[in-house]
Amino acid sequence: MIHKTFPRGGGEIPHRKEGSERKAIQAVPAPSIVVIPLHQHIGAPCVPVVQAGDKVKIGQRIGEAKQFVCAPVHASVSGEVIAVEERPLLTGKKVLSVVIRNDGQDELVKMEAGDPAKMSPQAIRQVVKDAGIVGMGGAGFPTHIKVTPPKPVEVIIINGAECEPYLTCDHRLLLEQAEEMVGGLLAIMKATGATQGVIGIEVNKPDAIERVEEVIKEHKELSVAALKVKYPQGAEKQLIKAILGTEVPSGGLPCDACCCVFNVHTAIAVYDALTSGKPSYERVVTVSGGSVVDPRNLLVRIGTPIQTLLDFCGGLLGQPAALVGGGPMTGPPVVDLLGPVVKNLSGVLALSHEEAAFDENRPCIRCARCVDACPMGLTPNLLGEYSDKGLYDKADKLNVNDCIECALCSYVCPSKRALVTWIIKGKAGLAAQRAKEKVS
Amino acid sequence: MDDLKLIVAPSPHIRDIDTTEKFMFGVVAALLPVMAASIYFFGWNAVRVLLLGAAGAIATEAIFQRLRKQPIRIGDGSALVTGLLVGLIVPPSLPSIMVVLGSVFAIAIGKQVFGGLGQNPFNPALVGRAILTASFAGAMTTWTKPFDVVTTATPLVVGEAASRVPDLFFGSVAGSLGETSALAIFLGGLYLFYRGYLDYRIPLGVFASVIVISLLTGQDPVFHLLAGSVLFGAVFMATDPVTSPITKPGRWIFGIGIGLFIMLIRIWGSYPEGVTFAILLMNAATPLINRWTRPRIYGQGVKTSE
Repeated sequence: MIHKTFPRGGGEIPHRKEGSERKAIQAVPAPSIVVIPLHQHIGAPCVPVVQAGDKVKIGQRIGEAKQFVCAPVHASVSGEVIAVEERPLLTGKKVLSVVIRNDGQDELVKMEAGDPAKMSPQAIRQVVKDAGIVGMGGAGFPTHIKVTPPKPVEVIIINGAECEPYLTCDHRLLLEQAEEMVGGLLAIMKATGATQGVIGIEVNKPDAIERVEEVIKEHKELSVAALKVKYPQGAEKQLIKAILGTEVPSGGLPCDACCCVFNVHTAIAVYDALTSGKPSYERVVTVSGGSVVDPRNLLVRIGTPIQTLLDFCGGLLGQPAALVGGGPMTGPPVVDLLGPVVKNLSGVLALSHEEAAFDENRPCIRCARCVDACPMGLTPNLLGEYSDKGLYDKADKLNVNDCIECALCSYVCPSKRALVTWIIKGKAGLAAQRAKEKVS
Repeated sequence: MDDLKLIVAPSPHIRDIDTTEKFMFGVVAALLPVMAASIYFFGWNAVRVLLLGAAGAIATEAIFQRLRKQPIRIGDGSALVTGLLVGLIVPPSLPSIMVVLGSVFAIAIGKQVFGGLGQNPFNPALVGRAILTASFAGAMTTWTKPFDVVTTATPLVVGEAASRVPDLFFGSVAGSLGETSALAIFLGGLYLFYRGYLDYRIPLGVFASVIVISLLTGQDPVFHLLAGSVLFGAVFMATDPVTSPITKPGRWIFGIGIGLFIMLIRIWGSYPEGVTFAILLMNAATPLINRWTRPRIYGQGVKTSE
């Protein structure tokens, strides 16, 4: 059997999923205090609709979306709001957050539930919006916008590639909640008017492929794409190329290629919101890495401190070299252990000194491994150099903005150069320079 | 966990295990069969030339890094590689002072004046050899036969009739230290390929164009491949990452271009051998080749759906 993949670049990186891939999802008891940031997505922050002293229930809306690119935020425990103030995310960045003391009653408020098959596309979109669902694979883009494509969409792709090492939450969800995922996919297809659904799964998860194929047997419009294990197979553009053979135009959106991509967990969240009126207030997080005593997949309330997750997994083995929020290729470093779990946090990793590696910025020997590896066909050695030196126009000429920031260039570099870090800075620098040029 | 000390660094947090050092010492390992063959055929002269070449290069590198107030990084193996390569492309009988001068020129003029590792446009060892050829034309073309102290001409001067292919393959012919045994070069090349340190496109491009041009001009392609330093140059010199193209199609062009210039010089040039200048010429063309052969970028020129 030929496994689908994108043709250009990419690379083999270690999987390191053994620690948690066979461990069923386990719920972490809600902590005594949760800190729920009002900005957990791409776009504008929410506006708080509660204040200190208010009583809230699980699922109650505590942050309102006042703008289009925004998603509302809900309480994840029942109890009393003790503060609405700036609190650090795990990256250390401070964001206006609602702090709730858990009363342990677990009182729920639910949205109206229904049968998605009987709902109108408009009604489905409204529920997705009210539930505050955002892309749970990592991007955190508000899902209600994606289910309202500006042009016709034919195919909905569910991203079950999970190409980042260590992470296994999507794998476990595919095994344990395949029906819900398919239900979410069908609802998304209805909302967008798409006629075809494809679930892309890397072949290092054969049990997940088997399970999903079993569930979609009755659905002629659905199929599973067995994907070659190659990083970054789960990057949106590479996934589309692998499954449909088409490319998203530079600077465009997936709908420009007649498709739209949703993460496994996002599809399940859509299903839960529609069928049981459950807004986005909890998610599954993989806690793994060589410095974690007992790696697991945890169902966690949004707002739970990272520290609680690590403690639940038996704590740390000595000093880890790095703590990461998300996957090791693209996740940011954890700066604050009290930083809360947010809607798009797929993993918490504690990497040992044997596993983690850092920039050394030795001289480039022009071996071009980064050029060979770049899944976008860019020249990261040059982009990195130009970006680092502030030569943004030169970087622009080499299409720096087409970089998807998968970090494979930095990974393969034998001189351990901070290529992707420079390129990300270069993109920001270029944007700032263009804005300045517009003003003057 | 209050005393947790975290290293806060941007992603990626994991890296490939390959390093510049592994790359450089991989090349040294690949040169072992060639060095062994050169010692077998030329004895203590080979040991002398290799040691002096390496020492001269490493010392020059250290001095320049000191002068430029940079960290001394002679341990990365890159100067060692250049020094050994210089030793392997000069005649076994070359006077010691000239060997040392060759590797000093290679590092100083070929590499450090451009800014050190990764910055040089030309292959440093070949720059060293080119300067030696220009300065000491006599000594640089005095060849000794293996197992012998009698000087003789390179097979390229003597001509095909006098040279037997098996001799050329195993190495019992006159020539530079490293270029005599095709078998040893082949083994080293295989090792580099296996480790992922060599793009097959470059040597295959060289061989292909040497063979095609030999056939077109009515010469013996096997002789032209095995005689002189085509093999050694194609496997160990042209594949230097710093001075060869960064794109795959560019590496084909680069290799084919080298083969073309080798044959132009051999057939119509005034030097019997042209590998050094062929590679240096294509080194000069590398930035241009890179520009011409940039990969196609995903999504560029793709039409948006209606």
